[in-house]
Amino acid sequence: MTAASDSPASTGAALGATELLALYEQMQVIRRVEKAAHDLFMSGLVKGTTHLAAGQEAVAVGASAALRPDDYVFATYRGHHHALARGATPQECLAELMSRATGLCRGKGGSMHLTKASTGMLGSYAIVGAHLPMAAGAAWSAQLRGTGQVAVAFFGDGATNIGAFHEALNLAAIWRLPVLFICENNLYMEYTPIDTVTSVTNPAADRAVAYGLPGHVVDGNDVVLVHDTVAGAVSRARAGEGPTVIEARTYRHYGHSRSDPAKYRPADEVERWLAHDPLTLARTRLESLGVAAAELDEAETRASGIVDDAIDAAKNAPEADPAEAFTDVWADGGNTWRT
Amino acid sequence: MADLITYREAVAEGIAREMRRDPSVVCLGEDIGAAGGVFKTTVGLLDEFGPGRVWDTPISEQAITGAAMGAAMTGLRPVAEIMFSDFLACCWEYLANEIPKVRYMTGGQVTVPLVVRTANGGGLGFGAQHSQAVENWVFTVPGLKIAAPSSPADLVGLTAAAIRSDDPVVVFEHKGLFASKGAPAPPDHVVELGQASVIREGSDVTLVALASTVRTAVEAAERLAAEDISVEVIDLRCLVPLDVRTVLASLERTSRLVVVEENPYQGGWGGTLVSLVADEGFHLLDAPIKRVASACVPLPFADALEERVIPTADGVADEIRALAAY
Ligand SMILES: Cc1ncc(C[n+]2csc(CCOP(=O)(O)OP(=O)(O)O)c2C)c(N)n1
Ligand SMILES: [Mg+2]
Repeated sequence: MTAASDSPASTGAALGATELLALYEQMQVIRRVEKAAHDLFMSGLVKGTTHLAAGQEAVAVGASAALRPDDYVFATYRGHHHALARGATPQECLAELMSRATGLCRGKGGSMHLTKASTGMLGSYAIVGAHLPMAAGAAWSAQLRGTGQVAVAFFGDGATNIGAFHEALNLAAIWRLPVLFICENNLYMEYTPIDTVTSVTNPAADRAVAYGLPGHVVDGNDVVLVHDTVAGAVSRARAGEGPTVIEARTYRHYGHSRSDPAKYRPADEVERWLAHDPLTLARTRLESLGVAAAELDEAETRASGIVDDAIDAAKNAPEADPAEAFTDVWADGGNTWRT
Repeated sequence: MADLITYREAVAEGIAREMRRDPSVVCLGEDIGAAGGVFKTTVGLLDEFGPGRVWDTPISEQAITGAAMGAAMTGLRPVAEIMFSDFLACCWEYLANEIPKVRYMTGGQVTVPLVVRTANGGGLGFGAQHSQAVENWVFTVPGLKIAAPSSPADLVGLTAAAIRSDDPVVVFEHKGLFASKGAPAPPDHVVELGQASVIREGSDVTLVALASTVRTAVEAAERLAAEDISVEVIDLRCLVPLDVRTVLASLERTSRLVVVEENPYQGGWGGTLVSLVADEGFHLLDAPIKRVASACVPLPFADALEERVIPTADGVADEIRALAAY
């Protein structure tokens, strides 16, 4: 796949073989969690809906590797990979999907709202585009508190056509906020090809110029390129030079949601993108860096073990406590609205 | 006696007191800085606190409320102004879907200590898109607290409580009250959210009001006093928490209830209040409950038309007379 790439020179530390191997293992974990989510949904153990990110792992993992632990991430309903990349465990993610008491949100969130605030993953939001202004606000807060933190909003190509995207970019630009807007352009908004409903070729990056912001298009399946591009934008943000828009071209391996077979995508397109798998790309890179095949296999085995254990643990966890329905409306933990 | 202050001045006073006390309080909104707000309710804040704490924004209601939310989740206490409450429709996403839900749906992982303040209500001839009383919009959403003060001192005290609250609070400032005067708030004045105030005692009828309708209610009560009908006026001050207990306690004395609301009858907050009274206080009642609310039409422009739509003291007095005779 030839996605145009014009990454800025990274000022973050370049990824060595050891770091890359760790990212590879993380991507393997995510791939397997997504497969588990899919299978568990099909077998009725996951209710409601799922939006899987298999195929898009490199965006989350590459970007997270360029962030500090105290930076803020805001993601969408297609956010399992971001929660996992930002420190949520496979067990607590799968448990949430399966409505268990041990889930990340104790059964109050579900697949679309995975959140782990304690590790800077400030939520997954299911109203398209709504979290971009929030990320700008978190960046504003970091700027005012002088902490050097940055905020990142991950969103889909479809989100670039909603007003909140434009309001957020403008506000972030005029206030020079330390925020990154990272679009995962997977070519489709639900079942509609994004290029049929968007006035420009690169839905996010081409809009950046309208707000006087740098906009980069990067191969979102190349974890190293994603990392380097994000690292460059992060150091810009920390230096007080303002926001960056990054458009990572990628592809989802499953359908839009639930059991969508994604028949609306042309076979040759699917084939091309499956051949450009972020995991294969990373593995090839690691091999060229001299990492032994046995070491790579070991990482895969570890990932597989972690996820298998997580599935078992989630299955064996108690159901969410029905009393949870009435907690956490207010900061005092309760739900009292009247005397 | 100290000089009276206007409701308008009380807005800036209430915010300034909290900004002095707590450096994490920041303000954002359209024209709130050098211009002092289109209603001059933020005059002096930029001078005292500087541009690092008082931020003029573009006309971006979604960015204002969304950024306030992100900032509130990460250590600040933002006070966001939405110029006219009608414009809450432009950022309804944040009021209906994001701010009230994020704590709950994350299992309590985050808090959202923010205030959205907005100029609400009619009576000034601003026409259908700048005059609505929309407190009932917000009242439909679990997870938001709502204050709607009727006097300068309450405005200061409720603003303090709203800013200190770890929960999101929408404060409705009434446009028709900006020029009204009242006693200044004492130092450190805080009016706890969810505490109604009995502002006039009476024994025949309980009259529940909010914000601008408090004035209407008091006027009606004064008129009826001359006719030997004794009206107890309750200013709810907040819709969430809703102080039902104070209303029920009053009904133990009066046995008759009239509610006067500025929002439309259709979907107005009084509907919820009276259903609670019917559920829990039916045995206290000696007469049917009456709701006086705005007519179910968009707010018209001309004074003569607007007066027909919004509850008047005459209209309220008529209802009370009928009820007292029941
Ligand atoms: C405001 C809003 N409109 C419509 C939807 C329904 N919807 C859910 S996902 C989606 C497609 C979004 O596409 P994109 O932004 O490209 O993200 P992707 O699903 O491809 O990750 C739509 C239309 C929604 N959730 N929110
Ligand atoms: Mg998409």
